[in-house]
Amino acid sequence: MRPPKLSLRDVTVRRRGVEVLCVPDLDVREGEVLAVIGPNGAGKTTLLQVLALLDRPAKGEVLYDGARVRGHELSIRRRMALMMQDPLLLRRSVAENVATGMRMRGVPRNERKTRTERWLARFDVAHLAERSARKISGGEAHRVSLARAFALEPEVLLLDEPFAALDQPTRETLLDELAGVLGETGLTTVFVTHDRSEALRLGDRVAVVIGGDVRQVGPTAEVFAAPADEGVASLVGAETIVAGKRVASVDGITSVRVGEHVIDGLARDGLPEDVLVVLRPEDVTLMKPNQHRPESSARNHLHGTITRITLLGYQARVSLDCGFPLVALITKQSLEDLDLQTGQQIAAAFKAHAVHLIPREKASPNQAGD
Amino acid sequence: MDLIWSGLREAIHILRTGDNSVWSITLRSLLVSGSAVLISLVVGILGGAVLAFKDFRGRSILLSFVNTGMGLPPVAVGLIVAVILWRSGPLGQFKLIYTPAAMVVAQTIIAAPIVTGFTAAALRHVDPRLRTQLYALGASRPQMLWIVLWETKLPLMAAVMAGFGGAISEVGASMMVGGNLAGDTRVLTTAVMLEVSRGDFAVAMALSIILLVLIFAVNAVLTAVQQQERM
Repeated sequence: MRPPKLSLRDVTVRRRGVEVLCVPDLDVREGEVLAVIGPNGAGKTTLLQVLALLDRPAKGEVLYDGARVRGHELSIRRRMALMMQDPLLLRRSVAENVATGMRMRGVPRNERKTRTERWLARFDVAHLAERSARKISGGEAHRVSLARAFALEPEVLLLDEPFAALDQPTRETLLDELAGVLGETGLTTVFVTHDRSEALRLGDRVAVVIGGDVRQVGPTAEVFAAPADEGVASLVGAETIVAGKRVASVDGITSVRVGEHVIDGLARDGLPEDVLVVLRPEDVTLMKPNQHRPESSARNHLHGTITRITLLGYQARVSLDCGFPLVALITKQSLEDLDLQTGQQIAAAFKAHAVHLIPREKASPNQAGD
Repeated sequence: MDLIWSGLREAIHILRTGDNSVWSITLRSLLVSGSAVLISLVVGILGGAVLAFKDFRGRSILLSFVNTGMGLPPVAVGLIVAVILWRSGPLGQFKLIYTPAAMVVAQTIIAAPIVTGFTAAALRHVDPRLRTQLYALGASRPQMLWIVLWETKLPLMAAVMAGFGGAISEVGASMMVGGNLAGDTRVLTTAVMLEVSRGDFAVAMALSIILLVLIFAVNAVLTAVQQQERM
C-alpha cells in the first residue's frame, strides 16, 4: 500500500512560546483534495506552511511519501507549489512571473516557454503574457498565480484561501476552473478556506481546524453530516445546536428531551445522557400550523413563533422560538407562498436522520434541555 | 565678480584643451570612489539584508550604529584609518598609508553605512509574504535574496547614488590617508583644496565643474533608470 503523499505526526508549532497548532496525526492522500476549514486565526495557514515546509514545527515530523523530510527541505519543497491569497506578482511581465519558479527549479528554457504558454492559455490569460504584472486586474492576477503554480507541475498543490479577496462572480468562475483542472490532473491538493461552500465544492475530504487543533478529519459529506463536536457543527453550518437529555433508544432511534419537546434522532453508540442536538437549517421544513400535514417520513414536528426572517438572495433564513431556538432555510418562493411574518405561529418538521446527536461538552452555551 | 568670470573662462579653456593632469586626477577619483562604492555595495547589501530579515539580539543597537555611520564625519574616519595604517599602527606593515588603497578603505567606511542603511530600509518595506511566496516557488536563500533585491532596485539605486555622492565628494579622509601626492593619491576634492590654497581658482573651478558633472551624470543615469522602472 502506498504511503500518504504528506503526513504530519505529533506536530506542535509555537509562536513566542505559545502553542498555536497541534496536529497529532494528519495524512494527505495521493490524488485527493483535502479541504482545510476553520475560522480566522484557527491555525489553517500555519498548518499549510508546515505542510509546505515553510514553517518548521517545534516538535513532530513531516513525512513526504512516507519519509522524514528534515535535511531535504529544499528538494522536497521543489516538488510542491503553494498559492497564497495574494498573488504577489513580481515587477516583471506576466510570462516572466510564470517562468520564475521554473527557472529557480532548473527547468530548461524551452520547457519553461512551453509550460508558460500552455498554462497561461489554460487559465485564459495568454493574451497578457507580455504585459507588466503590475498592470493587470485582481482577477487576472489570480489567474496568473494559478498558471504559475500549475506550470511548476508539482506533485502537491497547496492553496491558501486563494480566492478570498475576489468578488463573488470572479470567485465562482475561478473555483469552477480550478475544480476542472484538479479533476483533469488528479493533483494531490490541500485547499485552505474559511468558506464551507468552497470546501463542499472541492474537497474529497475535509479537515476542521479550530483554535489550533485539528478537530475532525474525514470525507466531506460525512463531516458535514456528522460533526464531531459543537465547534465543528457550528463551522459546517449546523445552525441549530441545543442541549438535551437522552431519554430512550429504541429501534435505532434515540429520543432526546429538549425543554418540553422530545426530538428523535438516529441512534449512535456511546452517547452519554447529556447530548447536543445538531440540525442543519436546510433540513427543516416549515408549514402553517393549521395546514394539512403532508405524508412524509419526518418524525419530528414542532410548533413555534417566528422571531426573525433574513433574506439571503433566493433563500431566506427563518429563526423560530420553539422553546429553544430553531433555524430553517427555505426558498424565497416558499417564504412568499406561506406569507411568513415575524411573530407568526408556524409548524416545523424534520427527519430523524437529519438530527445529529453528539456528546455535550461541559460548557455548552445553550442549556434548553436542563 | 571679475575673479569668478576669469576663473570660469580659464576653467572652460582647461576643460576644452584637455589638460592631462586634470584628466588623470578625474580618472583616479572615479577609480578610488568607484572601488569604494562597489565594496560598499557588497558589504551594505549583505549587511542590510541581515538587518532587515534576521531577528537577532542587538539588531536595533546595530541598526542605530549603522544609522549613526550614515553621518560619519570624513575627517574622523580619515583620522581613524590613518592611525590604523600609520607605519607604527596596527596595520602599518602593509604600507598602505598614502596610497590609493588607503583612500578606498576610508571611502568604503564612509559609504558602506549609507548603503547598508538604505538597503535595510528598502528591504524592510518588502512585503514579508513575498519571501514566503518565493520560497514556496522553490527559491533557495540566495535566489530569494536576489529576487527581493531585484524587486527593490529603485530604493537600492538611491543607496548607490548616496554612497557614490558621499565617497567622491569627501575630502578630509582622502587628504589624511592619501596625502594628496601628485600623480599618486591626488583626487578631485584634494586637488581643489590645493589649488584654492595656492590661489589658482581657475584650475580649482575646472576641477569642481568636473566633480559636479560626474556626480550629476551618475545620478542622471540612475534617475533615468528609476523613472523607466516606475512606468
